[in-house]
Amino acid sequence: MIDRDQVLHVARLARLRLTDEEVERMTGELSTILDHIEKISELDLDDVAPTSHVVAMENVLRPDEPRPSLPREGALGQAPDTDGVGFRVPSPGA
Amino acid sequence: MTGDLLDLTAAQAGQRVRAGELSASDLFEAWRERAATDSLNAYRWVADAPPPEIAAGAPLGGVPVAIKDLFCTEGVPSAAGSRILEGYLPPYTATAVEQLAQAGAPMLGKTNMDEFAMGSSNENSGFGPVMNPWDESRVPGGSSGGSAAAVAAGLAPWAIGTDTGGSIRQPAALCGIVGLKPTYGSISRYGMIAFASSLDQAGPLTRDVTDCALLFRHMVGRDPLDSTSTGLPEEVRLPDQERLDGLRFGVPPELTRGGVDPGVAAVFEQSLRHIEELGGTLEEVSLPHSDQGISAYYVIAPAEASANLARFDGVRYGLRAEAGDLASMYEDTREHGFGDEVKRRIMLGTYALSSGYYDAYYGRAQRVRTKIAEDFRSAFERVDLIVTPTSPTVAFGLGERTDDPLAMYLSDFCTVPMPLAGIPAISIPGGLSDELPVGIQLAGPAFSENRILEAAYALEQAIGFDGSGARG
Repeated sequence: MIDRDQVLHVARLARLRLTDEEVERMTGELSTILDHIEKISELDLDDVAPTSHVVAMENVLRPDEPRPSLPREGALGQAPDTDGVGFRVPSPGA
Repeated sequence: MTGDLLDLTAAQAGQRVRAGELSASDLFEAWRERAATDSLNAYRWVADAPPPEIAAGAPLGGVPVAIKDLFCTEGVPSAAGSRILEGYLPPYTATAVEQLAQAGAPMLGKTNMDEFAMGSSNENSGFGPVMNPWDESRVPGGSSGGSAAAVAAGLAPWAIGTDTGGSIRQPAALCGIVGLKPTYGSISRYGMIAFASSLDQAGPLTRDVTDCALLFRHMVGRDPLDSTSTGLPEEVRLPDQERLDGLRFGVPPELTRGGVDPGVAAVFEQSLRHIEELGGTLEEVSLPHSDQGISAYYVIAPAEASANLARFDGVRYGLRAEAGDLASMYEDTREHGFGDEVKRRIMLGTYALSSGYYDAYYGRAQRVRTKIAEDFRSAFERVDLIVTPTSPTVAFGLGERTDDPLAMYLSDFCTVPMPLAGIPAISIPGGLSDELPVGIQLAGPAFSENRILEAAYALEQAIGFDGSGARG
């Protein structure tokens, strides 16, 4: 159902670095789960509208007025690394 | 004195405080001391200081509440059961927690849970499993297992949790307490660490139905900080009806026959007899797409989770793995921070949303969801409530199902259809099988919480469940 290469591709998309053992295990487990999930392909759903929201709602709007937001110290306070005004990360190109 | 105090239900204790017979600070201190004796791994954090003074006449009377670790609480550890958020101190508090504090239910502690609410046994917590107070070799259910175990064991007067596919109702069932998953949108999701945003809903876990109604009353509301919140159209009433005259109960064979253990089925049958004795009527109704429902759930929930959990990348909060470049930092952080089940669901969800597979999986699952909602709609044209077992089995042994993720997923088949349709459902204790609690589930149309609570209350009186066996 899903092979090793697909698992590696999906792991890259999901930014997960899986160990070899995890890739092995995941290939088997995901295949079993996906085989079961195939049940949804048994139904004729052509004329059925998809549900994205279970409670009918109109647009939810509020007046566009400025108001205080989380202070910078609060937003940065839990970051692993900051320079005091923003989040600091390793270089993308290193 | 303390022992007697802790035997009171939350509603009774609150009443005594409001009547001036008991001080809120003595009550808090008694519960704080009790919570600190936790040996079930139910708590991740217990309050170490008394709360700010409770306003005289506060409707919840100062009875403290245990909070699932999924809710952000300002300055208090909130890790959602994940190592990737170990030590995280949120800069704000979830609306539901804030509302309860305002109403006079200060936070007693934060409870253990399956990592990011993904699990049915609490064994997926990054901080070790919770034990079931009825039998410590068994799981408490999940994902709100810490909240359920704490209430059942008398380590908390009441608690809140969250339910995405059964995460309030199933642990409530396995621990012999009451758990309500409300209508989607009735309680704000602001400050809940997101798992599957179209399904997640907060709700109470309590010793009895009256406590459940009381706590729920102060959790509901439309919140400007959650645009999907609606509140409830009517005030939550405290139930007092002891009869079920005129109420029609639907029994769906799809959720009550195949796969339900004989011991659970026997307690369920007994509950059906109680319903009839109380004047309710029983009728078979069909939910023909239930089987596909569980498949749709295990596409939709992981798909939404894979998007929601993209934010855990070592940049703004939580764990960061040291690495030379940005991409490696992301990948190493997520590899070390997430547990097996979370990785499995991120993989499943990312696959289901990936180019070429989206229509076959996510698109189809969203259509199945429409069929599930239609099933319920036609059932509720004939009956007022639907009654099923909450879980097909009683609490299972720690480690018994961890090797087979699919089997664990399939055990959610009684609880998954309701959140897919956004409708409310409660689990109440129906009795014991092999000395372990069995949960009975009542589901109703959207915003029918008052009807559900009234019926659950009447049934609770007739069943007369004794939960003291778990309180030690």
